[in-house]
Amino acid sequence: MQASSSTPSPWLARLAALATAILLWQVVVWSGWKPVWLLPSPLTVFLRLATLATEPAFYWAIFYTLVRAVSGYAMAVGIGVASALLMLRFRLLRTTVAGLLTGLQSMPSVIWFPLAILLFQLGEGAILFVVVLGAFPSIANGLLHSIDHIPPLWIRAGKMLGARGWSLVAHVYLPAAMPGFVGGLKQGWAFAWRSLMAGELLVIISDRPSIGTRLSFARELSDAPDLLAWMIVVLGIGMLVDGLLFSTIERRIRIKRGLFET
Amino acid sequence: MISPAVVLDHVQKTYGQGAQAHTALQSVSLEVPAGEFLCLLGASGCGKSTLLHLIAGLEPPTSGSVSVPAGGAAMMFQDPALFPWLSVADNIGFPLARKGLGATAQKARVQELLAMVNLDGWGHRQPHELSGGMRQRVALARALAQDARVLLMDEPFAALDAMMRDRLHDEIERVWRETGLTIVFVTHNVREAARLADRVIVLASHPGRIAGEFSVKLPRPRRIDAPEVAQLSRTITDSLRSVLRGNDDAS
Repeated sequence: MQASSSTPSPWLARLAALATAILLWQVVVWSGWKPVWLLPSPLTVFLRLATLATEPAFYWAIFYTLVRAVSGYAMAVGIGVASALLMLRFRLLRTTVAGLLTGLQSMPSVIWFPLAILLFQLGEGAILFVVVLGAFPSIANGLLHSIDHIPPLWIRAGKMLGARGWSLVAHVYLPAAMPGFVGGLKQGWAFAWRSLMAGELLVIISDRPSIGTRLSFARELSDAPDLLAWMIVVLGIGMLVDGLLFSTIERRIRIKRGLFET
Repeated sequence: MISPAVVLDHVQKTYGQGAQAHTALQSVSLEVPAGEFLCLLGASGCGKSTLLHLIAGLEPPTSGSVSVPAGGAAMMFQDPALFPWLSVADNIGFPLARKGLGATAQKARVQELLAMVNLDGWGHRQPHELSGGMRQRVALARALAQDARVLLMDEPFAALDAMMRDRLHDEIERVWRETGLTIVFVTHNVREAARLADRVIVLASHPGRIAGEFSVKLPRPRRIDAPEVAQLSRTITDSLRSVLRGNDDAS
C-alpha cells in the first residue's frame, strides 16, 4: 500500500497502543488499589497464560467455544440473509417486521437466557438459541440497508442483461450489496461472540469445559491470574477474527472494486 | 422494402394520475427499418429516455403498442453501468452466463467481443482500472453479447471528452457496419446526430412528441467537422429552435 510509506506501520501503532494499555494496568497494580492476589500484575498473568498454553485442556476449551461460535454464527447468517431476502420480496413483511428487527437488535441478548433455559434446559440448545437470536438481526438489517443503497442503474442494467428473479438476486443484488453487508456480518459476529460468552457463563456444561466454564471456575476459586488469562484469550480471539478475517475481506473487496484512494 | 425492426404505434406514456398526471409521450408513431441507424434528438425533458425504456421493455406504455424483434433489444446508458465486482471479461460474459452458455463457449465469445471493441488483452482487468472511454467500449461489448438485433443507446458518449467521443463515433459506426444492427441512438448533440444517423427524428417536449424528421444521405464515414455535417447540423438546429419557440408560445 502507498499509505504505509508516509504513515508509521499500522502494526507498530497497534503494538504501541497495547504496550500503553499494559503499562496502565501495571500502574494500577503498583498503586496498591487492590491486593495483588485480587489484581495481579501483567507479568503474573502472562506467565500463567504461558503455563496454560502448555496444557491440552487449554486448546480444548478454545475448541469447544469456537465450535459453538462458528455453528451459531453460521446459522445466524443463514437466517439473517433468508429473512432479509424475504422482506425484500414481500414489501408488507418489511413494513411490519423491520421495526421489530431493530428492536430485537437493541435488546441485550442475556435477556433471552431465562426463556432459553426454560425451553432447552441447561444445554447446547440454550446457548445456540441465544447466539442466533443475538446475531441474526444485525445481519438481516445490514443486508437490507446495503441493498437499499445499491445504485438503481445496476439493477436496471442487470435486468436488461437478462437477469431476472433469483438470478438477479444472486448475480446483482448480493454482490452489489457486499461492501456494506460485510459491516453487518462484522456486527453480527460481535453480537454472536458476546452472546456466546454470556451463555457460557450462565449455562455450564461440565463435560465440555469451554472458555466460559474456565472463567466461572476461576472466579469460584478466586484464581485471579487464571481469570485474567482467560479474559485475554477472549479479547485475543475477538481481535483476531475482526483484524484477520473481516478486515481482510473488507480490504480485498475495496481493492478489487477500486474503492481505495491511491 | 425492408421490414421494420421496431414499430411504435400511437404510443402514449403518462406518469401519475388525475391532476398530477404528466404526459411524457403523446401519440408517438415510428417505424425503424432493420439495419437503420436512427438518432432521436431533443432537448432534455422531451421524453427521449422514456421512449428508449419503452422500446427496451423496461416500462410498459400507457396506451398504444411497441413491437421489437424476438430476443428483444440491448441497451447502453450514459453511465457504462459496469459491475465493479466482475472483471472486464466477466462483465461482457454476464448476459452470456445468464443465457446458460458454457464456460468455453463464453470465453471464446468474450474474446471476439473484446477484439471487436479494440480491447484485446484487457479482459482480466477490473472496470475501475479503465478510462471512461474504455469503460463505455466494455459496455458496448456487453450490450453486443446479448445478441439482440436492436441496440438502444441513451446518450452513451455524453460524459466523454470530444476527442474520445470522435474515436467512439468511428468505432460504433464500424461495429454497426460489421453487425448489421438496428441502432436507436438518443442524443441532445446535433452534430453527433448528423455525424452518425441515417435518419434524425426531432422530438418536442411537454408533452414529448415527434416534431420533425431528417433523412441523412451524406456518404460514410463522415467527419464531425466536415462542412456538409456542419451544414446539416445548422438546418436541424434551426428546426429545433422553431420547435422550442413553439413550446414557449404554448406555455
